[in-house]
Amino acid sequence: MERVLNVSLVGVGGQGILLISDVLAQAAARAGHDVKKSEIHGMAQRGGSVISQVRFGPRVFSPIIADGTTDVLVAFDRLEALRWRHLMAPGGQALINRHDVIPVSVTSGQQAAVEDLDGLVARFYPEAIMVPATELAQGLGQVRATNMVMAGALSHWTPFPPAVWLDALRARLPAKLVALNERAFAAGREAAAALGVRRATA
Amino acid sequence: MSTEFLSGNEAVAYAAYRAGCRVAAAYPGTPSTEILETVARFKDAIDCEWAVNEKVAMEVVIGASIAGVRALTAMKHVGLNVAMDPLMTYTWIGAHGGLVVVSADDPGMHSSQNEQDNRNLARFARMALFEPADSQEAYDMTVAAFELSERSQAPVMVRLTTRTSHSAGLVDLGDDFRPLAVAPKPYRKDIRRNIPVPAFGRPMRQRVEERTAALRAEADASPLNRIEDGDRRLGIVTSGVAYTYVKEVFPDVSILKLGFTNPLPTALLRRFAGSVDRLVVVEELDPFLEEQIRAMGLAVVDVQTPLRLFELNPMRLLALRRELLGDVAAPAITPAPAGLPTRPPVLCAGCSHRGAFYVLHKLKATVTGDIGCYTLGAFAPLDAMDTTVCMGASIGNAFGMEKAGLGGRIAAVIGDSTFFHSGLTGLLDVVYNRGRITVVVLDNRITAMTGHQGNPGSGVTLMGESSEATDIATLARTLGVRRVCTVGAYDLAELERVLATELDAPEPSVVVVRGPCVIAERRRDVVPYAVDVATCVGCGACRKLGCPAIVRGDPVGADGRRFASVIDPELCSGCDLCRQVCRFNAIAKRS
Ligand SMILES: Cc1ncc(C[n+]2csc(CCOP(=O)(O)OP(=O)(O)O)c2C)c(N)n1
Ligand code: SF4
Ligand code: SF4
Repeated sequence: MERVLNVSLVGVGGQGILLISDVLAQAAARAGHDVKKSEIHGMAQRGGSVISQVRFGPRVFSPIIADGTTDVLVAFDRLEALRWRHLMAPGGQALINRHDVIPVSVTSGQQAAVEDLDGLVARFYPEAIMVPATELAQGLGQVRATNMVMAGALSHWTPFPPAVWLDALRARLPAKLVALNERAFAAGREAAAALGVRRATA
Repeated sequence: MSTEFLSGNEAVAYAAYRAGCRVAAAYPGTPSTEILETVARFKDAIDCEWAVNEKVAMEVVIGASIAGVRALTAMKHVGLNVAMDPLMTYTWIGAHGGLVVVSADDPGMHSSQNEQDNRNLARFARMALFEPADSQEAYDMTVAAFELSERSQAPVMVRLTTRTSHSAGLVDLGDDFRPLAVAPKPYRKDIRRNIPVPAFGRPMRQRVEERTAALRAEADASPLNRIEDGDRRLGIVTSGVAYTYVKEVFPDVSILKLGFTNPLPTALLRRFAGSVDRLVVVEELDPFLEEQIRAMGLAVVDVQTPLRLFELNPMRLLALRRELLGDVAAPAITPAPAGLPTRPPVLCAGCSHRGAFYVLHKLKATVTGDIGCYTLGAFAPLDAMDTTVCMGASIGNAFGMEKAGLGGRIAAVIGDSTFFHSGLTGLLDVVYNRGRITVVVLDNRITAMTGHQGNPGSGVTLMGESSEATDIATLARTLGVRRVCTVGAYDLAELERVLATELDAPEPSVVVVRGPCVIAERRRDVVPYAVDVATCVGCGACRKLGCPAIVRGDPVGADGRRFASVIDPELCSGCDLCRQVCRFNAIAKRS
């Protein structure tokens, strides 16, 4: 790997974004890369936008990814994918969870909902890979494993084998959660196999 | 060699352990909180505590330093304002055991009420100042800070920012990660050293100036300051995390990377300035380095790209590169679609703070507020707060409004942690000076906003020991308040009765509103509520509570202006408030 790769992970508080970015960063380190991860913690309450960024490669300086240079965007929510569109590099990939968490500003009637979300996503991300991650996690009986389903999908892109991901996952999670998360990872990897995720290029 | 993937905050804690620190005290505050939370993992080696406020934290670590051991305190930038009084004098007395003060500043105001640059305070207090750029440097510089402090007697400030605190990177902990063998320095009673009455204080003042000169020479020679030679047509002086952005965007130019920034290494700066054609300073927030460099008589380029306010990032430095070198194009960026709905923070579903605000709004009280989750009571639909200044200010502010002749009902609303932090003295002032305001203490027995740390009301310490859980009502009575009552957080009728009575009482009163934070409590036996669609008339009264579990549903009636409510069973925590406000009995526990 010659250059630094940039991954932005976006969604809503409570979706496990900080955990997946931690596992990704640790996996990249295990694969021999320098790595930095940056996130802005919100306040204690639930439901705010969350963003975490992971950069890895031969030598990483800035923890922040410049706008327009994200190689892969991993979005847990379609509205959040739209909100962070400016992060994408030309030709970058977007892996988007086919799922919407409607903001309180809309459910309370204070702000207008997006009128044509399907249309907007299609227009702003014509080549996005839509992953039914929340649905798959529900199928496994645990919505909270959505993050590892997305990790499984992302593993087609990362320039290191899935075994490295799994090692990092086992090291990071409490023993009793490992089996479920491994299944979620496998489910995401399998579901995305046919979706045409491109491998990272140097 | 052991390598760990650590945030800047974690790296500071690991360094404290490595450096043989024995005592650590702090009050939580974003982005500094995880420092002490991580120190607690080393509690067998380091005595650690959540102090009641930053001033007390500072006094505790100063006491430890006077006794001869290494000690650390950590706080968010505004916390240092609270701790400045003991610090300003201890920098003159001089550290005995090494003393490290970690200031976590918040450029960009991700979670703070202001954007002050505490490097100014390090200089003001004549401390040595280190500015790490990443987790590895946070580790290395904190270890070095203990050593320098103990050797020079200067307390050392390690200045982090939200970005360095919360970013993580690989940290080489060396071959042998365990505490260095630092023996405590013997304590000896010495009033000339430790009591700065004027006769003893004047020589201290002189010694501080000598010490500063010696530290300047040390900064000039320090490996924490280094020249990275490049194209000498442009030279950039930079410090802290800004260095990492400079390396991304200006990999080709000459860089003076500063880590030890107070006292400023003036000889090194002159040498660097003499070696480059144009000198530019890139630093986050105030022109702390730049003004001092200009005062040395060195020419610094007047940069037009705005770099002073808020957080720096690679995009802003790209704009600077376009201005200075003109050799990069603006990146191709597709902006996000306009007008997307936002996700502002709201009080959680079932939050114990909600009812009091609902009632205060109804009673049309003027409410001085304070800092915590409950600051969210300021926003619609609760809309029940007039002011917020700093921690503890609500009480003095309310009293000042009363003195100004504002009239009407005046309440100060303050959380339990904030009340212990700096509400007590304000309340005592109201009692002493015959005020008549009502102080509403929202007592959820925890410091919620910063991630649920213990406080004197929680009954458990950071060391994991149980301790006295101080009762706020008893405390208020002891301070001389005669009208004190305690109300449950989820009984709206009782809240209204009590608040209305107390707000109109001709003497000061304290109303303690009790109910645990639902997030900290994590109850599993919650029975969610539901709206009966057949009964709901769409009046919207329940939505005035601002509970995120209550969602606007389908229109009711022919006019299309009224909407039914729907309760999200995943979010509802069964607090019962919405049932109490529904006049049509449309809301009940889900059966
Ligand atoms: C001087 C200062 N120290 C620390 C903080 C960070 N801070 C903001 S709110 C808060 C805690 C509030 O706790 P509490 O009063 O119990 O209210 P809760 O969040 O539990 O509702 C803290 C520590 C600050 N803003 N200012
Ligand atoms: S975290 Fe606790 S105190 Fe804060 S808004 Fe949520 S329930 Fe209320
Ligand atoms: S009972 Fe009503 S007010 Fe309380 S959490 Fe549930 S929906 Fe919100």
